[in-house]
Amino acid sequence: MTSKNSSKEKSIGVVGMGSFGTAIANILAEKSNVIAFARRAEVVDEINQKHEVDGLPIHPGIIGTIDPEFLCRSCDTIFFMIPSAAFQEVIRSFSPYLYPYHLVIHGTKGLCLDLPEGQKLEDLGKITRENILTMSEVILKETVAIRVGCLAGPNLARELYEGQPAATVVASKYNEVILEGQRLLRTDKFQVYGNSDIVGVELSGVLKNIIAIAAGALAGMGLGENAKGLLISRGMVELVYLGNALGGSVKSFIGLAGIGDLVATCNSTLSRNYTVGYRLAKGEKLEDIQATMEEVAEGINTIRLMKAFVEGTGMRAPITENLYKVLFEDLKIEEALQYLMKYPFNVDVDFL
Amino acid sequence: MAENYIKHKYDPILPKKDEWPVVKLSKSRKDFIKRVAEASKRSVLQITGDNIDLLKEELETTLYREKLRIKQNPWDVDPDDEKDFWRKVKSSLVQISADTNTTKTQKKKKYLEILDDITMRYSEEIASNFIHSHYKVTRRIVTFGFARLLNAARVKGFRSIFSNQYTLQDKIQIVGETDQIRELASKGTIVMVPTHFSNLDSILIGWVISVLGLPPFIYGAGLNLFNIGIFAYFMNALGAYKVDRRKKNLLYLETLKTYSSEAIQAGVHSLFFPGGTRSRSGMIEKKLKLGLLSTAVEAQRANYQKTKNEMGGKVFIVPVTINYHFVLEAPSLIQEYLSMTGQERYYKERDEFSTSYKISKFLVKFFTKGSDISVTIGKAMDVMGNYVDNAGNSFDRHGRKINTRDYFISNGIVTVDTQREEEYTHHLGRRIVEEFHLNNRVFSSHLVAFTAFQMIKRGNKKLDLYNLLRLPEEDIFIVYVEFKEACQRVLDKIFDLEAEGRLQVAPHLRQDIDSIISHGLDNVGMYHAKRPLIKNKNGNIETQDLSVLYFYHNRLIGYDLEKLF
Repeated sequence: MTSKNSSKEKSIGVVGMGSFGTAIANILAEKSNVIAFARRAEVVDEINQKHEVDGLPIHPGIIGTIDPEFLCRSCDTIFFMIPSAAFQEVIRSFSPYLYPYHLVIHGTKGLCLDLPEGQKLEDLGKITRENILTMSEVILKETVAIRVGCLAGPNLARELYEGQPAATVVASKYNEVILEGQRLLRTDKFQVYGNSDIVGVELSGVLKNIIAIAAGALAGMGLGENAKGLLISRGMVELVYLGNALGGSVKSFIGLAGIGDLVATCNSTLSRNYTVGYRLAKGEKLEDIQATMEEVAEGINTIRLMKAFVEGTGMRAPITENLYKVLFEDLKIEEALQYLMKYPFNVDVDFL
Repeated sequence: MAENYIKHKYDPILPKKDEWPVVKLSKSRKDFIKRVAEASKRSVLQITGDNIDLLKEELETTLYREKLRIKQNPWDVDPDDEKDFWRKVKSSLVQISADTNTTKTQKKKKYLEILDDITMRYSEEIASNFIHSHYKVTRRIVTFGFARLLNAARVKGFRSIFSNQYTLQDKIQIVGETDQIRELASKGTIVMVPTHFSNLDSILIGWVISVLGLPPFIYGAGLNLFNIGIFAYFMNALGAYKVDRRKKNLLYLETLKTYSSEAIQAGVHSLFFPGGTRSRSGMIEKKLKLGLLSTAVEAQRANYQKTKNEMGGKVFIVPVTINYHFVLEAPSLIQEYLSMTGQERYYKERDEFSTSYKISKFLVKFFTKGSDISVTIGKAMDVMGNYVDNAGNSFDRHGRKINTRDYFISNGIVTVDTQREEEYTHHLGRRIVEEFHLNNRVFSSHLVAFTAFQMIKRGNKKLDLYNLLRLPEEDIFIVYVEFKEACQRVLDKIFDLEAEGRLQVAPHLRQDIDSIISHGLDNVGMYHAKRPLIKNKNGNIETQDLSVLYFYHNRLIGYDLEKLF
């Protein structure tokens, strides 16, 4: 066992023990006592009795719980690592136990739809910025916690778990959150950068998933590196435009959480979003792919929301729009690709 | 038209003046000024990172700017010894840098002495000069004198001068959370943040505070107002401290902020106009000046550092919205706004409040003819914008009781983190703006001005704002039937918004639409030489001054009502 800080110091909370949550919990456990929350009792039992998650060994110091109140009472800093689809629900279950002294950092690369009571995305077709919440905005809306931050960057869970060298960005409006994130996470193998543009960093992580699906599709069609280079750079332009329209700054998009993450996911068979694209190109149906995946590919939901957002603002986002058609309107991937090749992009870079 | 405004006068919550925080402050004025100067010095040193060269640079910049100000922009209120003081600062600075024999520590000591002198001088300059007997006199003038005038005008006849039928409180209606602010004033420190449209506001608020039985508040008033004799008297009497907007140097700004912060920490109720100056556009303030607001956050944290108790020295933010049918300065304010934002070809500053005579004339006009004002006391919040109950406890959006103290805690203790407090101040600013909009009370005059201007704008779609405002007024008219129809549409939407709790509606809007319109036309900008809206002899609506109409129209910006057109 590694040496721990004095016993007086509070534990660090990790909510959600999916692959990314587990990887982060392991890194945190090198320096601190970690309490991990999982919704299913059998996962908690596995953590406490076998020190494993899904059969993979984890740091033996990690304590599992299904009790949000216990976790919030024992921890001043809490990492929320849950998929966006469940994010709001989980945050709501924690809300009664969170207080203004809590520092909350999340690692979820997804968006949340916020529509007035009784309205549905299908009926509306178009949405505006007010209808979209990033995860930090969900936290601010649902809880009294205000010192909020996020984790983003090229952090494929599997590689982190294996202890390979990597870096991440902790973004927050509050310096103290960044400093705390760095203090807790930084190890010899894990570098931690800071950024004050939290929305920009969140959006980087969210929007790059769209491009990752496209990259997977290209690979699935058997296309080569030229095509991938084209996609990544055009994808970057689209990401910057969408991200700006949603309130992020260009600086963040060309940083570690933007380009860094984009390159990593577009090249990795470990990425869920990449896998979705790959299998689509191999001719599988979206429902079948989703049914057999263990964890959520955030990009699918992101494409749905961004398509509606693009409609609402009158912008054009050719890659997103075509992927939407492929995913939900049965457009053939080859046709989408052809459309993109004909699309009149004439300026290379016009956002700097 | 049942008005639910406050008709009685409250008993003072602290009957003995010696218990008033502001009196305690003025009794220990000397010590307090010293404390402020010391604390300002510390914060300047912190900002310059204890680096002598940086400190020297700040001192030199301050000297340079002050000399420039004295030369280019002297005012009557400026003290006579100003030149001498800065000359002395200059010679000391020159001496230190010329002297090559002194050691670094000696030099530092000398620079600190200069810094000491300057912060002490500024602190002295800023400090309020509350004199209780003057306060009493002023209060009597305002309430008694104005009430006489009012009754003379409304109840006909010579004897009416002694009538008590109408009081000032019929004229200036106070609504909202009046009981809460009284409760809280004895439990913590109140920081009142009103909207700001007219120079009259400070006196108005001073009067409101006295009617509510609260001890006097201190507030920052522009030093330019002290140029005018009558205002200087009122301001001093009401506990104003002086804010000199010409001085933008670090030392001055730090001293000013420290003054405010220390006063709040000492439990002295304070008043900020968070918009900084009067709203030039007539819109409710959207962007606030955060400098003084940050002192409320800082003072709250400082108090929590001093005590373990959540309620010990708690600071309560109370937003106040003031609604007028008529803003005396409207024509010059809107001209300034237009010339700042756009392409007004000429720009001439006129200040209606330039002489005591003009002010008195206005006051007589104001109180003899009817033009009601309403003052809405908003729900009190803690410095993080959470609502508090009458006992001063904070509650989150889900109605759970929380400790404001927790916002300042890391690793279990209250810590100083200026970057965090800066963000908190932004947050508080946004909350105050939200509250301003919620507490805004729509008058008939706002309704007609908004509708008329929007109709004119729609009729000239191709023109941008500045070209629109240059249209010859003679050419513009609105057919009454259409106007009435449009007013009804806006009114319906306003009632919807009221039902959602997003704004408030004056009781005079609950009558038939023709009466509302005629009430609105009678009242909107009623004393301007050129009226923003009138009904012509054919019964149609005309304007004599489009810019001023635009000013009054702006009051309803921020509710998406434009979409109705």
